[in-house]
Amino acid sequence: MGWLVQYVQSYLDPRVTVSPGAAGNVFWAVVYVLLVFAGVSLGVICMNWLERKILAHMQVRLGPMRVGPHGLLQPIADAVKLLIKEDIIPAEADAVVFWVAPFIVVLAAFTVFVVVPFGPAHAITDMNIGILFMLGVSSLSVLGIVTAGWASNSHYPLIGALRSSAQMVSYEVAMGLAVVSAILMTSLNGFGLYGVGGPDTPGIGTLSMIGIVRAQEAQHVWFLFKFFPLGLIAFAIFAIAMVAETNRAPFDLPEAESELTAGFHTEYSGFRWSLFFLAEYSAMIAVSSIAVTLWVGGWLRPFPNALGGATWDLVFSFVPGLAFLFLAGMTFYNVRRMPKHPFFKIQTMGLAGFGAVLGLIGLILFIPPVRDRVGDIFWFVAKVAAFMYLYIWYRGTFPRYRFDQLMKVGWKVLLPIGLGVLILTAGAGIVGLEMAQHVTH
Amino acid sequence: MAPVATPFFFYLLAATMIIGGILVITRKNAVHSAMALITALLAQSGIYLMLYAPFVAGVQIILYAGGIMVLFLFVIMLISIERTLKERQFNHQWLIGIVAAAALGGLFIAVYTRGKTLFPEGRLTYAEGQNTQAVADLLYGPHTGMYMFSFEIASLLLLVAIIGAVVMAKKRI
Repeated sequence: MGWLVQYVQSYLDPRVTVSPGAAGNVFWAVVYVLLVFAGVSLGVICMNWLERKILAHMQVRLGPMRVGPHGLLQPIADAVKLLIKEDIIPAEADAVVFWVAPFIVVLAAFTVFVVVPFGPAHAITDMNIGILFMLGVSSLSVLGIVTAGWASNSHYPLIGALRSSAQMVSYEVAMGLAVVSAILMTSLNGFGLYGVGGPDTPGIGTLSMIGIVRAQEAQHVWFLFKFFPLGLIAFAIFAIAMVAETNRAPFDLPEAESELTAGFHTEYSGFRWSLFFLAEYSAMIAVSSIAVTLWVGGWLRPFPNALGGATWDLVFSFVPGLAFLFLAGMTFYNVRRMPKHPFFKIQTMGLAGFGAVLGLIGLILFIPPVRDRVGDIFWFVAKVAAFMYLYIWYRGTFPRYRFDQLMKVGWKVLLPIGLGVLILTAGAGIVGLEMAQHVTH
Repeated sequence: MAPVATPFFFYLLAATMIIGGILVITRKNAVHSAMALITALLAQSGIYLMLYAPFVAGVQIILYAGGIMVLFLFVIMLISIERTLKERQFNHQWLIGIVAAAALGGLFIAVYTRGKTLFPEGRLTYAEGQNTQAVADLLYGPHTGMYMFSFEIASLLLLVAIIGAVVMAKKRI
């Protein structure tokens, strides 16, 4: 037991700045794997409810209202329904490949979270090739989609799979160029490879996810605003490509329901279908966290320059608690608006209980040690949540692209702009380095 | 981080690769072959990771497993599987194949039995934490960049291949 206690203590020491996995701390790595898995699954469930509600309100509907107050229990009802539904494998399907495909997609979608940095000390592990690993493993999910479409031995899934492979391979190119221009920025102004380089070693970049955020911290700028507007354009390219990579509206051609029934997963039902659903949403969270890490400063709080200093640090550390208290307040407002009929008594009490839990979480977040530990996680999750809202917003706003339009955007617009931004970023970086050396000598 | 259970992982990955490789050439269904090839390639990237070369492993996953194999599957899916399953399997190059396999096997046995005299003894310094930077330095570094020329040759070859593909695909330019 002694080693276990030692492991736990080694992390609770506030001076520890490395991530638990990177420190070789097996115990904390396992704890983080479980925490991240549970957190992402919970996020997917929340997204399921939020997407229906927000889309409904955008279309002036109510959305789910029946199961639980404001349909809050609808995702649970859906999950139960999917689990007990019959799992059909078509007679003409290639059974083994049909069986394996959903697991490929889920594995690819969840494995990438190994390197996602929720904070300087909150990651499962930190890899030297962090961003490369994320892009590589998330690109494996297309294999699952293609094999799913082929194994179904049916026309619509096959067309969906063909579209999906063409689309993903095309947009990966533009995505990669945008990512490279952000990685170039990590090598500028010194401080490139944190811990190894330093202010005296300019020109050393890093692919490590934690290193990329540290570089933004050291350069006092989010890469979104670096070399304005180059960072912004690279970010825009990534933001478009990531929607195409995750097969979401307006680029949801592989599962276009008005043309292909349900695209590549038409023949899937029950548990296997829910695996595709889980994978799609966790892939959305994964690419959003890549975007957050590369351009929006990862776990760093907003306005570090304009509102810097210890006082503002303290003020911003109250935001997580206040956010939860605000949610609790909203819930209690809706408790008061619930119908007064005795039929709704249990629902009203349940909603009040939910509000109380939110309020309690908010109060716990005000305790100083907790506040210091979770501030970075809160900012990271809040930024990812903003991206997830964007996904829903896109789906409520844009009509679906035609396939030739999709290809045109990918190859003729995003790719040349990405190349141009990459070259300009490299040029600007060299000029900046020369000027910096000029000043020091 | 100190390596853990190295022999176990090596034999696991090597066995996966060999079984995958055998499946690639024995399956009649081309999609099954492609999936076995993907498994073998992923196991190979695991072996690169064990050799403290994370950058090569990452590139292996992105390029081969994520890029090239998707295009393979894309093409294979358009072929009628029923017809290929009925076709007779043929192999006109078994003689050359046996010679090549025997030569490779002989090389392996020679290295295995006399390896100590063939290679200089010494301990490697693992640059795991800066593998990417080390690769970049070897390729483009001002003092140590000795592979710049071969890198450029390789990219020129790729360009030729791209132009050739466009010329062959277009009927009228």
